[in-house]
Amino acid sequence: MNGRAIQAETDRLSACFAKAGAQTVYTDVLQPADTLLDLYGEDIRGRSYLTSDPALGEMVLRPDFTVPVVQMHMQSHANPARYTYAGRVFRKQDVNPGRATEFVQVGFEIMGGDDPAAAEAEVFATIRAALGDLPLRAATGDIGVLMAAVRGLRTTQARKDALMRHIWRPRRFRALLDRFGGRTPPPASRTALLALADPLDGAPALAGVRTRAEIAARIASLREDAAAAPISASEIALLDVILDLRATAPQALGRLRDIAIDMPAIEPAVTRMHARLNALHLRGIDVDALEFEGSYGRTSLEYYDGFVFGFYAAEGHQPPVATGGRYDALTARLGDTDVPAVGGVIRPDLVLAVRGQM
Amino acid sequence: MLKLGVPSKGRLMEKTFQWFGKRGVTLRKSGSDREYAGAVDGIDGVDLVLLSAGEIPRELAAGRIQLGVTGSDLVREKLANWESTVRQVTPMGFGGADLIIAVPTGWVDVDTVDDLDAVAAAFRATHGHRLRIATKYHRLVREFLAREGVADYALVDSQGATEGTIKNETAEAIADITSTGETLRANGLKILSDGMIHASQATLFRSSRSGWTMAQRDTFRALEHTLGL
Repeated sequence: MNGRAIQAETDRLSACFAKAGAQTVYTDVLQPADTLLDLYGEDIRGRSYLTSDPALGEMVLRPDFTVPVVQMHMQSHANPARYTYAGRVFRKQDVNPGRATEFVQVGFEIMGGDDPAAAEAEVFATIRAALGDLPLRAATGDIGVLMAAVRGLRTTQARKDALMRHIWRPRRFRALLDRFGGRTPPPASRTALLALADPLDGAPALAGVRTRAEIAARIASLREDAAAAPISASEIALLDVILDLRATAPQALGRLRDIAIDMPAIEPAVTRMHARLNALHLRGIDVDALEFEGSYGRTSLEYYDGFVFGFYAAEGHQPPVATGGRYDALTARLGDTDVPAVGGVIRPDLVLAVRGQM
Repeated sequence: MLKLGVPSKGRLMEKTFQWFGKRGVTLRKSGSDREYAGAVDGIDGVDLVLLSAGEIPRELAAGRIQLGVTGSDLVREKLANWESTVRQVTPMGFGGADLIIAVPTGWVDVDTVDDLDAVAAAFRATHGHRLRIATKYHRLVREFLAREGVADYALVDSQGATEGTIKNETAEAIADITSTGETLRANGLKILSDGMIHASQATLFRSSRSGWTMAQRDTFRALEHTLGL
């Protein structure tokens, strides 16, 4: 693709975001690897280009803008703050060798503020507006509803923590749910281990960093888990309804409200979704036509923990032209204060590709 | 000429020579033992190229050789989307080795990948860094763990003596090739019962790269016939 055309499109998108009130920020292409990669899941880690600097240690070619932009925000303390940025990101394409290993992202992020639903609607609508009249399909979801449902399960904290940790790994999430629900029996080796009065009695000598105390603690938690009652079939059924939900946003909201009657823990997240749909409507989005998927965002970037969205070309299996979402937990891990944050990015090369097909 | 890449030394080379020999195609090193030139008898139009087993996947993918014998693990490790660049002609029934995950025998609470994942979460919370898995098979191990949905681990590179990394406290677990498990046991390690990543064996591959000449195609057909494939 023509570099000059991509640059022109990048400039156009940046101007859209600047006009929407965003301050332009810049980040380095070379980022320190340890702090950055530790925050992402293994997928991004595995797909990052690593290099080393004699003085600075291990460095990574920027795989994403979110972390450096959040770090920048932590120093500025503007509230609320709107940022825009543009530049290349780099990702190895092991699985899809045909896809670009470096491409431009133009982003728009809102941090802080006290009306999260309005901020989410603003990001979505601003990105939709910047995309103009491109024929794109919008997908939306809400990881926050799913997390609230897991938090509200009537089971042990350890089980909830385990499920929460695997929200973004559907296969392991399902395997855990099946076991916690008693649908699959525990592995035979575990049953045998717990049948021993003291599994550590006469255990082989240890090598490495992990200690005997850590092993004893794990055995204690396995015992606690074995003694706990299974998660009820009705609760799992409700969770499945949320995971399988595919409807227009108003229909999805209706069904989630029904579920909230039996599962009150999701009530605040459903109320938030309602507020978001109202805010989207106020910004001129046709909410009645908006698609909602209960599992959307579960296999993409691990740090989204609320509203998630993507814009897709109607045909073909190209990556989404734009994606975004809420990532409050990430800001909490990067700074000492909780800063609500929502944002998204557009890929100008894919905008041009879709425009070429029009 | 149809170029056939074969591992340049050791048991893998000898077994490959035997395998072809039994099927009527004689492969041998020409010249002195230290030269990497080879000769082929029993079929016309085939050039023997002796290469390190680790280089054969890349040479096949690049189309610099049309056929190659190497471990099925190496093809999967070294080539992104290996099925799009090379095709398996036949497994050869030797050079068997399993790529597995192993942990200290003293970890009595760990037997499955599910256990490893749970331990990784607790380990990261306790020690402030991810559970390290030493390996040289980064692609295969990462794909396996991603498929299984394991989190909170980090792969650390180990090109040799991988079993020693745990004792040296540079890793908590390893992913490595083993044929008998002897070295693992000697180093106080045990294999996860469902942690088999790939059962490897010596395999004859062909390059899928376009650009085969008519003569090369004819020779390949003749070779398949002679080998009884």
